[in-house]
Amino acid sequence: MGRVIAFFDRFGRSIFSALEEMGSMLLLFLSVVAWAGRPPFKTRLIIKQMEFVGVKSIFVVVLTGLFTGMVMTLQIYYGFRMFSAEALVGSTVALGMARELGPVLTALMVTARAGSAMAAELGTMRVTEQIDALYVMAANPVKTLIVPRVIAGITMLPVLTVVSVFVGVLGGYFVGVPILDINKGMFIKNITTYVSLSDIYNGLIKAAFFGFILSFVGCYKGFTTTGGAEGVGKSTTEAVVVAAITILLSAYFLTALMF
Amino acid sequence: MIQLVDIHKSFKNQKVLDGLHLEVEGGKTTVIIGLSGGGKSVLLKHMIGLLKPDSGSVIVDGEDITKMNDRDLNETRKKFGMLFQEAALFDSMNVFENVAFPLREHTKMTESQIGDRVQSRLQDVGLVGVEEKMPSELSGGMKKRVGLARALVMEPRIVLFDEPTTGLDPIMTEAIDRLIYESQKKYNLTCVVISHDLKSIFDIGHRIAMLYDGKIIGYGTPDEMKNSENPVIRQFLTGSLEGPISVV
Repeated sequence: MGRVIAFFDRFGRSIFSALEEMGSMLLLFLSVVAWAGRPPFKTRLIIKQMEFVGVKSIFVVVLTGLFTGMVMTLQIYYGFRMFSAEALVGSTVALGMARELGPVLTALMVTARAGSAMAAELGTMRVTEQIDALYVMAANPVKTLIVPRVIAGITMLPVLTVVSVFVGVLGGYFVGVPILDINKGMFIKNITTYVSLSDIYNGLIKAAFFGFILSFVGCYKGFTTTGGAEGVGKSTTEAVVVAAITILLSAYFLTALMF
Repeated sequence: MIQLVDIHKSFKNQKVLDGLHLEVEGGKTTVIIGLSGGGKSVLLKHMIGLLKPDSGSVIVDGEDITKMNDRDLNETRKKFGMLFQEAALFDSMNVFENVAFPLREHTKMTESQIGDRVQSRLQDVGLVGVEEKMPSELSGGMKKRVGLARALVMEPRIVLFDEPTTGLDPIMTEAIDRLIYESQKKYNLTCVVISHDLKSIFDIGHRIAMLYDGKIIGYGTPDEMKNSENPVIRQFLTGSLEGPISVV
C-alpha cells in the first residue's frame, strides 16, 4: 500500500512540476510578445544577435547542407536506378531538402551552435546576478536579452534554410551529373517541374517556427537557471535536448498540416 | 526613507526573514551585519523589489513597493544604485559600456555627455584608462570599482552594497571603504551596506543593524553596538566561538 501511495505521490509531483514549467514558459512567451511590440526597439542588439545566429552559423549550415544533398543523391540514385527513374533524382533531392531536410537540419545545427550558447550565456548571467543588475537598473531583461534573440532566431532560420537547400541541391548536382552520369538537362528540368514555390514557402515557414523554438527554449532554460556552474551546464543540455525533440516532433505535425 | 515592516520570507520550508522590522535613515550609511547565510542579501533584495516578501511592507519614500506594478517599481528603482557581491558587470560589454548602460537606457543624453559622465564616475573610483577593457581582464577590486561607478552613474539617492569588500586584500578593502565613505559624503547618499568586515563596519557605518534568526536584534550607532549587552551581538562583534551562536 505504501509503495502505491509513493508511486502516486511521485507521479503527482512530476505532473505538477511539468504543469508549473509549462505555465512559466507560457508566461515568458506572453511577456516576449508584449515586449517585442513595445518601443523603443533594441535594433543594435537585434542586429548583433542576427549576426550571431545567422552569419556565424553559415559555415556549419553550408557543410551539413552540402553533404546531406550529396548523400541523398547517392542513396536515391541507387533506389531509382532499379526502375530506371534516375532522371527524378534531382527533383526528389530538391523536394526533400526544401520541404524537410533543409529546415530540420538547419534548425538542429543552429540549436547545437546558437541555442546552447543562448542558454549558457543567459544562465551565466542569471547565476552571476547580471540579470538582477538589469532589474536594478530598471532595464527589463526580457526586452534586453530575450526579445532580440527570439527575433534573430525567427528571421535568420529561413535565410539559413535557403542557403542549406541551395547548397544541398548543388551538392546533389555535383554528385548526380558528373559522378553518377545523370543527364544534366533532365536533372535541372525535373527540379523546376516538380518543385513548386509553395514547397519552398512552407519550408521557410517551418524554418521560422523552428527558429522560434530553438531561441525561445534556449532563452527560457538560461533565464530560469539556478544552482551555479552545475545549473548552467544542466540548462544548456536541457535547452539542446528539449529544442531538438520539439523541432523533430513539430516537423511531423507541420508537414502533416502543410503538404 | 526605507522602512521594512513585519517582513516574512521563506524559501520552500526554510524561514529566512521572520517578522523583520528595519528603518533606514536618509543620508546615512546603515551597515547590516549577521551570520553567513542568515538572509542579509535576501533583505537587501527586498529593499529594491528583486524579491517580494511573503507578507509585510517595504516602504520607499512613503510608497509600498510590494504593491507596485512593474512600471511604478521601475520608476522607484531609478532612485537606487546597487553594487553586487561579484560586481555583476555585463560580460559582453567593456568597462565604458557597462558604466554607460543605465544612461543609454534611461536618458536622452548625447554620446559626448555620456562620455563625460562615465569618465567622471570612473575618475571618482580611481580608474582611468580602462574604458576599453572587458570585465574578464579586470581584477576583483577593479570590478568592484567599476560596479560602484555604474551604481553611481545615474546619481541615485540610495545605494545598496552587497558585501563590497568580500574577497579583497586589506589594502583594496580600505580603498573600497574609503570610496563608499567619500561617495556617501559627496552625494549625500543613503547607503545600505552588507558587510562581515569588522573594520569596514565601524569605519563607514553611521548605523549598524544586526540580523539574527530572521529579525533585527540590534540597531544603533557603532558605539552603541560596541557597548551592546546583547550576547549575540557581543559574540558576533568579538568573533568568539563561545556564546549563544553555535557554528561548530
